[in-house]
Amino acid sequence: MRCQNDLYTQDRDLFSRSRYWLLQELDTIAEIPKEEYILKCTSACAGCSSSLSLRYVFKAAGPDTVLVVPACCTSVIQGIYPDTAMNVPVYNIAFAAAAACASGMSNAFRAAGKKTNVIVYAGDGGTLDIGIQSLSGAFERGTDFLYICYDNEAYGNTGMQRSGATPLGARTTTTPTGKTDDKKDIDAIVAAHHPPYQATACSAYPQDILRKVEKALTFRGPTFIHILAPCPPGWRYPTEKTVEMGRLAVKSGMWVLYEREYGKLIISGPSKAAMRKPIPLEDYLGPQGRFKGIDAKTVGILKQRIADNLKRLAAEEAGA
Amino acid sequence: MKKIATGNKAVAEAVLQAKPAVVAAYPITPQTEIVESIADYVTGGQLASCYIPVESEHSAMAACIGASITGVRTFTATSSHGLLYMHEMTNWAAGARLPIVMANVNRALGPGWNIWAEHTDALQERDTGWLQVYAATVQEAYDTVLMAFRIAEHNDVLLPVMVNLDGFSLSHIMQSLDTVEPGDFIPQIRLPHAIDPKNPAGYGPLTGPADYFRFRWDIERSMRDSANVIRDTQEDFAKRFGRNYGFTEEYRCEDADVVVVALGTLGKEAEVAIDNLRKEGIKAGSMRLRWFRPFPKLDLAGKEVVVIDRDYSFGFGGVIANAIMAKNRAEVFSVIAGIGGQEVTYDDIADFVRHRRIGEESWFGVNDHV
Repeated sequence: MRCQNDLYTQDRDLFSRSRYWLLQELDTIAEIPKEEYILKCTSACAGCSSSLSLRYVFKAAGPDTVLVVPACCTSVIQGIYPDTAMNVPVYNIAFAAAAACASGMSNAFRAAGKKTNVIVYAGDGGTLDIGIQSLSGAFERGTDFLYICYDNEAYGNTGMQRSGATPLGARTTTTPTGKTDDKKDIDAIVAAHHPPYQATACSAYPQDILRKVEKALTFRGPTFIHILAPCPPGWRYPTEKTVEMGRLAVKSGMWVLYEREYGKLIISGPSKAAMRKPIPLEDYLGPQGRFKGIDAKTVGILKQRIADNLKRLAAEEAGA
Repeated sequence: MKKIATGNKAVAEAVLQAKPAVVAAYPITPQTEIVESIADYVTGGQLASCYIPVESEHSAMAACIGASITGVRTFTATSSHGLLYMHEMTNWAAGARLPIVMANVNRALGPGWNIWAEHTDALQERDTGWLQVYAATVQEAYDTVLMAFRIAEHNDVLLPVMVNLDGFSLSHIMQSLDTVEPGDFIPQIRLPHAIDPKNPAGYGPLTGPADYFRFRWDIERSMRDSANVIRDTQEDFAKRFGRNYGFTEEYRCEDADVVVVALGTLGKEAEVAIDNLRKEGIKAGSMRLRWFRPFPKLDLAGKEVVVIDRDYSFGFGGVIANAIMAKNRAEVFSVIAGIGGQEVTYDDIADFVRHRRIGEESWFGVNDHV
């Protein structure tokens, strides 16, 4: 039995089409809300791109929002009791339970006639690995919430152990010679639940995050955004390169920005350009300590994966 | 209104009248009839709750937590492996001070698979910060669920309450049930720390040792305060609806030389044994333990005590026997019986009393002389 959303609907009044196009077309001078919901006292690492992403998530969502956070870097970043760096309510919950907790919360708010946004902000371990069951359950039940996975491709909070999101060849503290398995395709798994809206994003493209979060929150149903969040200490690159690293991920095709609305795929602007002429993968792998010593064969496999993925997405977008 | 019902149905009827806003549950034998009945009430429009059919018990408790923190009444039901699967979240619910009410139908734990009555499931939740109460009749299961909402949500308590009933020997037996109109017996829920986006706060963030320790003490203090709330609630229930409940149910204890202590249906069965023993001239009584957390002080001075544990803590002993020895300095004959649904009759219980060996332990029918 579904408590809400017999059909997924969209509140067009919450989302002006003109604003949508403005944000999509103007990559540099978008109207970004000035309100700040992350105060200047986080305990994030220098160059942290997940807190940068969250800043824009909040700006898009506004104050009538509750953030549900399982064990992840954001558990730490928000600060230590009795202080908090977050200016919206943050509900911390156990590792595997974020989507289930949000499911209860969203149903309770909706039953009380409240439109409060319920947003899960979870890491890749809490999404792809330990939290995948509750994620799947909440999506299958049509929960009205936004699930955001910020993906730094390892268990960052515990010191960079491999997760299901760690790419092939990357060194972590539990894959000291490089991961021998592929990155799990969580987006395909989520797509199999047929949510009304899902998207990928990257911390290096904040306007894109803003636009996609705003859009996701207009749907009355389960929505998903997967944000690539480069991690200086985990990926082993200098902190000032955090935006550059995200851009290199997109430009090399290692990360593809897109959105899928009611099953229809649209590849986002920056990735469209990258698909026409991607930069060499080595330009992305080279500056990162985690790929140091990666062998040519593994690089070759990664290149093949990228080519296959881009081809698959292009075909899907073309409706082939 | 008088009717005939099973223990499970009685729990569902009480939930129907307590009107929780959210019920999140997962099926498990022998509890399933509770959530099936609630789903029926919701679908049929009798109960204006949101029923969330979660994909696991871990998620059942997580969903109750997420709903409860918005300030609404919540309920779930489980049993055995389901209870243990949600163990991480039962700790979270108590630590987050959420007045969730849960019915747990006591059942043995695998392996091997065994669906029959045993209390080890709930007793493994002993240290989580949940209040625990054990019913012995269909009527008591119904009445106790109604009282559980009022106790959990009382602002001197704000802790979750687990109402236990024995698998099959209570969950599936038919007895008479007199339902009531609770009216304002359960006041409207007012959660002081409910989430309010207009007053943003962090819930359960990183907490240093000093604050963390203080929060644990707050739970203990509320657990102690809950004894008064339980007493007041049971007294008010008796006043309004005419049925009396205490921390224990005592039967012919006043002049007894020997007292049988047990939880749930075995404790009720003991009353027949007491009558038969009295006919033989043995001055026996029964003290059925209803509340396990908070653990009551029992009046056992000068009496010999026979404790029947439908549970065991390996390498230590019966949980109830040892709790009574620790809290009352009483010397007991500890009988481990009824494990995995083992049949224990009132004749067996009378035998435990007749052949009691104070200071010893017996595994009934397995190793009677340990």
